[in-house]
Amino acid sequence: MMEFLARLFGRVETETSRECAKNRLRLVLVQDRATLSPQVMEQLKSELIEVISRYLDIDEGDMRVELDTSDSSVALVASIPVKEVKRESAGAF
Amino acid sequence: MSGTAIVVTSGKGGVGKTTAAANIGAGLAMSGPSVALVDADIGLRNLDLVLGLENRIVYDLVNVVEGACDVQKALIRHKHIDNLSLLPAAQSRDKSAVTPDQMKALTLSLKESFDFVILDCPAGIEQGFKNAISGADRAIVVTTPEMSAVRDADRIIGMLESEQVRDPWLIVNRIRPDMVKRHDMMNVDDLIEFLKVELLGVVPDDESIIISTNRGVPAVMEERSRAGQAFRDIAARIMGNDVPIAAMLEPDDWLGRFAKWLGISRG
Repeated sequence: MMEFLARLFGRVETETSRECAKNRLRLVLVQDRATLSPQVMEQLKSELIEVISRYLDIDEGDMRVELDTSDSSVALVASIPVKEVKRESAGAF
Repeated sequence: MSGTAIVVTSGKGGVGKTTAAANIGAGLAMSGPSVALVDADIGLRNLDLVLGLENRIVYDLVNVVEGACDVQKALIRHKHIDNLSLLPAAQSRDKSAVTPDQMKALTLSLKESFDFVILDCPAGIEQGFKNAISGADRAIVVTTPEMSAVRDADRIIGMLESEQVRDPWLIVNRIRPDMVKRHDMMNVDDLIEFLKVELLGVVPDDESIIISTNRGVPAVMEERSRAGQAFRDIAARIMGNDVPIAAMLEPDDWLGRFAKWLGISRG
C-alpha cells in the first residue's frame, strides 16, 4: 500500500535508463582509456629501471609492469625483483 | 589555393557518417565554397547513392591513385549543385588498394582546386581509417546517443589524437528530444562530458533523411527537413558563423510547433 502511494506520488526513485547508460559507460571508458601504447609502456619501464637502479640492484629480466583494470579503477601494477639493496642506499638517512 | 580537408569519421558503423558527409559537403557548396566529396570507403561505396550520382561513375579513387586516370576526369559534378564534386570509391577493390601516403597525396592535390575536401571515412579502426585520415586537417566525429556509438567515438578520438589530427568536432546524430526529455536517452551534455570535444552540431532523428536518401537528394536541399536544417547550420559553423544549437533539442510535437509559431520557447 505504501509502495503504491509512493509510486502514485512519484516518490520511488528508480534509476532512469539515461543514468544507467551513463554509469555503465563511465566504467567502460575508464577501462578503454587505460591502455598505453607498447612504445610508451617500454619507455615507462626503462625510466622506472633508471630511477630504481639508483637505490636497488634489480633483476630487469623478471620485471613486470602492467595496467590493471580488473576493478572499476585503474592501477599501475609493477613487480620488480630486487637482487640486492645497494650499500650506500641502506646506510643513508 | 589550399583548401581545408575534413574527414568524417565515427568508429562504429551505421551512425550516419555517409549521410553526414554528403549533407555537410552539399551544405557547404550551397553557401558558396567549392567542395570535393571523397568516398574513402573502398569496397563499400555509398556516398554516390546518397547524392544520387550512382549512374554517372566512370572512374574511381583507385583508378586515380594507380595513375589510370587524372583526378579531374574521375570527379563527378553534382546535378544541381555546380560547385560540388564527388570522387567515388572503387567497389570491386578493398582497403589495401590504397596506402596512407597515396591518400595524403590525393587529398593535397584536391586541396589545390577546392575550398573544402570532405572525406567519408569507413567504419572501423583499420587501414581504411588510417588511409582516410592521413591527409586530413581536421576531423568530425559522428556519434549517436547510444552507449556503443559513444564508446567507439571515444576510441576514435584517442586514435585521431595519436595520429596528430587534433581538436576533432563532434556531431550528435539521431537525437530524440522526446526520449531525452523523459530521461530515456543520454543528452548532448552527457556525451560532451564523456568525450570532451567541441560540439559542432546536433541532428534530430528525422524520417526525412530516409526519404532524401531514397530520392538521392541530400536533406540540406530540402527546405523543410529538420535534419537538413541541422546540417545547414553545421555547414555554417564550419565556415565560422555563430549559429545557436538549442533549437534542435526541442521535441517536434504539435505543441512544440504551436509554441514555435507563437514564438515561445519551452523549457
